[in-house]
This record gives sequence, C-alpha cells and structure tokens, in this order.
Amino acid sequence: MTRTTAEIVGHCQSLFEDLNFTAARAWKDAVPGRKVIGYMPIYVPRELIHAAGALPLGILGGGDQLEVIHGDAYYQSYICRIPRSTIELGVTGRLDFVDGMLFPSICDVIRNLSGMWKLMFPGVYAKYFDVPQNYRDDIGGSYYVGELKDLRDDLGELTGRPITDDALRASIAAYNDNRRLVRDLYALRIERPWQVPAPEVYLVLRAGMVLPVDEHSRLIRDYMESVEGEDRPMRDNCRIVVTGMFCEQPPLNLIKSLELAGCYVVDDDWLLVTRWLLDDVPIEGDPLENLAAAFLHHSENTAAKYEPNSAEKGKYLVEMVRRASAEGVIFAAPSFCDPALLERPMLQHVLTEAGVPYIAFKYAENSGQMQPIREQAGTFADSIKLWSEA
Amino acid sequence: MTQPPKASAKQKDVSKDSSMLKQKEMIAGHYRRLSTAGEDGRKVAATFVPGNLNELIMCFDLLNNLPEVNAIQSGLRKESGRYVMEAEKLGHSEDVCTYVKNDLGMIARGNVGPYGLQLPDPDVLLLSYTGCFTFMKWFELLREQYDCETIMMHTPYTGDGKITQNMRDYMVKQLKEEVIPKLERVSGVKFDIDRLREYLKESARAEDDLVWVLQSAKNKPSPIDAYFGGIYYIGPIFGAFRGTKEATEYYGALRAEVQDRLDAHQGPVTPDGEMDGEKYRLVVEGPPNYTSFRDFWKMFYEEGAVVVASSYTKVGGVYDFGFRHDPDNPLETLADYCLGVYTNRSLPQRVEMLASYVNDYQADGLLVNSIKSCNSFSAGQLLIMREVEKRTGKPAAFIESDLVDPRYFSPANIKNRLESYFQMIEQKRAGKHVEAGHVEAGAAA
Ligand code: SF4
Ligand code: SF4
Repeated sequence: MTRTTAEIVGHCQSLFEDLNFTAARAWKDAVPGRKVIGYMPIYVPRELIHAAGALPLGILGGGDQLEVIHGDAYYQSYICRIPRSTIELGVTGRLDFVDGMLFPSICDVIRNLSGMWKLMFPGVYAKYFDVPQNYRDDIGGSYYVGELKDLRDDLGELTGRPITDDALRASIAAYNDNRRLVRDLYALRIERPWQVPAPEVYLVLRAGMVLPVDEHSRLIRDYMESVEGEDRPMRDNCRIVVTGMFCEQPPLNLIKSLELAGCYVVDDDWLLVTRWLLDDVPIEGDPLENLAAAFLHHSENTAAKYEPNSAEKGKYLVEMVRRASAEGVIFAAPSFCDPALLERPMLQHVLTEAGVPYIAFKYAENSGQMQPIREQAGTFADSIKLWSEA
Repeated sequence: MTQPPKASAKQKDVSKDSSMLKQKEMIAGHYRRLSTAGEDGRKVAATFVPGNLNELIMCFDLLNNLPEVNAIQSGLRKESGRYVMEAEKLGHSEDVCTYVKNDLGMIARGNVGPYGLQLPDPDVLLLSYTGCFTFMKWFELLREQYDCETIMMHTPYTGDGKITQNMRDYMVKQLKEEVIPKLERVSGVKFDIDRLREYLKESARAEDDLVWVLQSAKNKPSPIDAYFGGIYYIGPIFGAFRGTKEATEYYGALRAEVQDRLDAHQGPVTPDGEMDGEKYRLVVEGPPNYTSFRDFWKMFYEEGAVVVASSYTKVGGVYDFGFRHDPDNPLETLADYCLGVYTNRSLPQRVEMLASYVNDYQADGLLVNSIKSCNSFSAGQLLIMREVEKRTGKPAAFIESDLVDPRYFSPANIKNRLESYFQMIEQKRAGKHVEAGHVEAGAAA
C-alpha cells in the first residue's frame, strides 16, 4: 500500500524526534552480532561501514528537545552546541548501543571531540577520519586511499566481517542510488518548491541518518511519488539558498520560519553526507581508488575544505544560486562556528561581485525564539520582491 | 598564610640579561629586514608558527613573516583592540579567532607592524597547516587580500596519537611535489638539499639547549618561569630563526645564564626583578593573554607562583620528548616536526603530556587558561583538566581570557580565581579534603 505524504513525513518526524534511536536499536537487535557505527557531520565514506555489514548512524547533536545537563560541564560557553549535546547523548546512555564513532575532519571542535570520546568511552572504537586537503591523485589521493584502507581494516575487525572489494562495490552502488534520489529530490524542489517544502525535504534527508540506505532510498522514492499527488498552492515566496548549516543542525522551526517568512529554500547545505559526492562513483575497478577520486574531483564544496584555486573560491555558491534560480542567499551559521563564520566574508564578497543579495544570522540547535529570524528573513524576502518588481 | 614572597627590588644584573638583549636585537633586525624587503629585492613568505618550515624557507632566501607573531606584538603593544574592532567592522564575526582579526584589521589600517615599520606584502603564502583549521581559512582570507601564490601543506591530525607511515609519506610527497617546486618558482632559487641539512643541524643544536633550559624548571627553586618567561625563550626558535647560527648562539647564551641562576639558587627573572621564594609550582595549559600580559604575569609572581612547564611553549614544536630535526632525513624530519606540534596532538596525548609535566616537574597542579576565540586549544580543556587531576591527584583550576582582544580580560575575576586556587593548593598540602577538586571561572568578560 502506498503511503500518503503525511504518513511519510510523520514517520520521518518521529525518527527525527527519537533521541533514543529506537529504529537503529531495533535494526541492531534484529540479527545477533550486528554493529552500528555512528558518525558526525559532514562526510564519512558510509559505503565502507555498509560493506562491513554495519549500520552507519548519523549523530547530529541533540536538537532543541534534548536538555543538556552534563554536556555543559564539558564545554565553555563560547563553544558551539553540537559537541556538548553529543556528549550529553553519550553520557546519558542514548548511544550505548553504538559500537564505533567516526569524527570527520570538519573543525577543531570535532577534532578534539574525537579524543574526548576516546577518553570518555574507552570501550568504544573512536576514530578521527582525516581527509586530504591536497587534491592531486598521486598525493592527496594516495593518502586518502591509505586512510580508507586503515578504516576498512578497522571496520572489518570490528564487525568480524572483512570488507571485500565486491561487498564494497555493492555498497557503492547502493549509495549511488541514494545520492541520485537525493539529487532528484533537490531537482524537484528547484522546479516546484511549493510542492516539496523545505521542512519536509529536511526531514526526509534526516531519516537517512538513521535508516539503512535501501530503506531510505525507498522512502525518498515514496515521498516524491506521494507529493506529486498533493494539491499544494504556489505562494508568492522568493527563492533563496541557505548556507552555513552543514554541521550543527538548525531547529526544525527555523526552517519552517524561513518559509513562513516568505522564502522558498531552493538549495541548502544540510546533511552534506547525503550528497557529498556529486556524481556516481564508478563500480568497475578498484573501489577505494574510485572513492578517493570521487572525493578529490567530484565532491561538494564547503568551509571545511581548502580551495586551491583562488579564482574558484566561493564560485560554487554563485552556481548554486544560478542553478536553483535563486534570488538571494541566507547565511545561517551556528554561533561560535569557526568554519562557517570564517568562510562567510569570502563568500559574501563573491556574492556581492555576482550581484546576489544576502543576509546573515546565527542560530543554535536549541534556539527557541524564531521571531527575530522570521522578521529578518521576511524583510529580506520583501526587499527581494520589491527589487525584482522595480 | 605565610608572607607572600616578592620580586626583589634590586635591579637585574645587565650581564644576566644579555640573551634578552640579543633576542631583542634579533627580532628588531628581522622586522627591519622585512620592512626593507622591497628595496633590498628580497622575497617574503608568510607562514604560521606551528609547523613552520623555517629551514626550508631559508633555502630559498625568503624572509619569513608570521602573522601570529605580529598579532602577539600588537597585543603586547595594546594595538590589537582597534585592529580586532576594525576587522569586525569589515564583517568578521565576533566569534572567531582574534589573531585573524588582528591581522586583517592591521592590514586594513595600512599594515604597519611592530616597531612602527611597514610590513611587506608576501610573495608567497606558505600554509603549513598544522593543528588548527583556522589557519586554513586565515590564509584563504589573506590570499583574497594579496592574490599571491598560496601553498597548502596539509598536515594530518594525529587523532590516534601516532604518526603513521601513510601520514609521513603524504607530507613528504607534498614537500617534494608541491612545496619545493613552488618555492623554487616564487624565489627563483634552486633547492639544495645540503643547504637544508646544514640548517637542520643548526636547528637540532638550538633545540638541545632550549630543552635544557625548559627542563631546568625541574629544579627547586625553578630558575625560570616556563610560561611567561618561556614565551621569550621560544621567540627565536618558533619564529624566524630556527636553523640559523644566531639562534644557536642565543640558546647557548641563554643556557649559560640559566646555569648561573641554577648555581646561585635563584628564581626566575620577572618584569619587577628577581623572584625569590617560590611558593607554588604550576603547569599551565593554553595560550596566555597578551593585551594584559604583564598584569597577568604579576598575578602569579606576586603570589610566589612559578610556572614550571606549559603546553604553549610547545606549539612551535615539541622537543622535550626527544624529537630533534634530523639532517640525515631532511624531508621526513620536517614532516615529523609538523605532525608532532602540540596542537596537532590528540586530546589523550595532551592529557598525558600535561600529567607527565605535573609529575616530572613536581608541580602543585594544572592551571588552564582557556582562550575564548581559540577552539583548537579550548574545546575539550575541561575534560583535560579533570583527567589530569584524576591522574596526578593534584588540583586543577580554570581561568578564561583571550589572546589579543582586550575586551575579554577581566583582571578581578582572574585574580579571584587564582587566589582561590592557591588556597586550594595550601589546603591540599595541609592534607585537608578538597571539595570538588577544581576551581572554575565564570565568563571572564
Ligand atoms: S558547529 Fe561549526 S564549530 Fe561547531 S563542531 Fe560544527 S563545524 Fe565545528
Ligand atoms: S591555534 Fe587558536 S589562536 Fe592559533 S590560529 Fe588557531 S584558533 Fe587562532
């Protein structure tokens, strides 16, 4: 039986709100010996985890529903929220079923969190997963392949199931499929943003953090099919790109507020792990080499990556705006987020040069007051409309 | 409480300060060379302190300009506040590293550096990216300003507490294939590996003496302050002089001076003269505050507190656990050097290091100075503190300030915290039960 949009989104919402990760626990309990590997934003090669027969589980902080009690004792007030609520999830036993944690190379906070995890949860496999900032195949590429090999060995050992090339190829295929669907979903939103509202897109993507990849792919398909049948009115909203939300997650209400303020979000940098690799990863040949090449030459741009070519700096954002026929950009960064905030002035310069209007604000995963953000976004939307009518 | 010891009023013997004078001259000379680089036809590489490749830079006759050091100098001269504000006016967030904002603000106001001398535009940005993500963005921001060649030398983070062959190979390849060819191109000077070996030999000599000086603090009383004083000691070797004969001479002279102090059972030299009567021996984690450096230091020496070891004096290289630049493996040694600097070490490694300092230097405990705008150091420090306490049984304390933003230095608050901490140490010594184990400061601003 096909599900309605409301049912699908309701399911995603309940996964999103479930800070005990019941679905992932159930997956693990269903077959003895199953393992779950947690990872933080923004990018880890989930294919490897999948190929080891384990469930990759996205850990994205505590959102606005988790009361942070212990976590605050670990971080000074001037450090962003996501590490403290992640620690909170850990010390309150909500992650006690997680067999390993991967901390991708994103910033100094996550980097140090990897070591904190080692000290606080000594029985759990914890790894900082570094990626090259050099994009030559013979330099950064071979380093990356070396790191992938290490991770492959570790995961094989952890699960008792050494990862074969064929298993990895099958996992790459599954994730290729998933990424294609995410791209389709984004394309659909560009085409008819009123039909696929941003909060729904976010929830559908977010479900992919806790579901097995095939199940998530089915969910995206079902969602896209179901929304086709919805009769949703097109509003006089302006089209915007939001950027800066790649790590600490915005409260869902923030995303809703943007639309209520008159903005259709037509592109964003949410949950980048779901579309970090921009094209299909080839199945033929050496799978590790293929993953490395995809990372080096066809991966998303974000503040955690170095841009070797000054002429290219920030151009991706302008392209994003053009591709999505957006009329403006909203920079939304978590408070105290170094990568997003250091990057912002450079991106703003590029936008200014390209004549793209923008505004900027900060948020925290537990921001409660949406009024100021709604006002700011509303004023921005109005000014864009005025401007385009002029 | 016993009478606080005081820094004796007697003026310092000039001969004892010869290393200090030498260093002053070295650094002033360096800034003069930078300011006249254009006229002299010399090219300039901007690069960072942690993981700096000074020996390599010298192989190409390039001058080394360190934006962090400029920021420190601005902080000490109380100029950083306006630079930081300037950068914020230009759209930089109040949340990010104040070194970056000092640098960008200073450039926006004409790039007049310490000593009132004009700083040159760099010919190359050598991003030897060790230990901190901010560096990467900082150099992208500088590249926007200067539009010059930028070399990225990516140093993987030693998250598992070890340097792997894969990391080392990656670094060596970057050196061979990217860094050296680009430096040749920018400078027009051909790379000569024997020249590099010579510089590395010189580095190792100076490193031996630096380690000796830092480890002299194991004595009681300690003849040096390994944080406030230590910052001066690391100047030449972490800056533009590692690998030069001048640096070797400087460290030789410094060692002789410290030896004299040891022989005479003297305490450290402070801005108010010699400190007698060491009362508390501390290990300090985290960078200092530069805008109120002297006031900050005074809060320690007035109470008879000597810092016997610090992690900050390891940001430009950890030498006390045996690493030396190795002329026999020139490129590998540069890789290992970058990989091993303090901020590139995992949190468990940092804990281990600090706990060993508390034990080996017979310290009374660990003090953390948490820097508001430096996530590289600060994220995780509260856990570091707890772990070190657990492992050493010595109390730890926590204060907060900023590097070069004067808005975040609250003297009364810090002084209070320090006083409570010293009391706690006294109680601990008297064998009294210490509640909660550590002192934490509220926001300093
Ligand atoms: S929100 Fe920003 S600073 Fe915080 S962990 Fe994420 S990337 Fe790092
Ligand atoms: S280590 Fe800290 S002070 Fe230094 S550049 Fe990084 S963030 Fe700034």
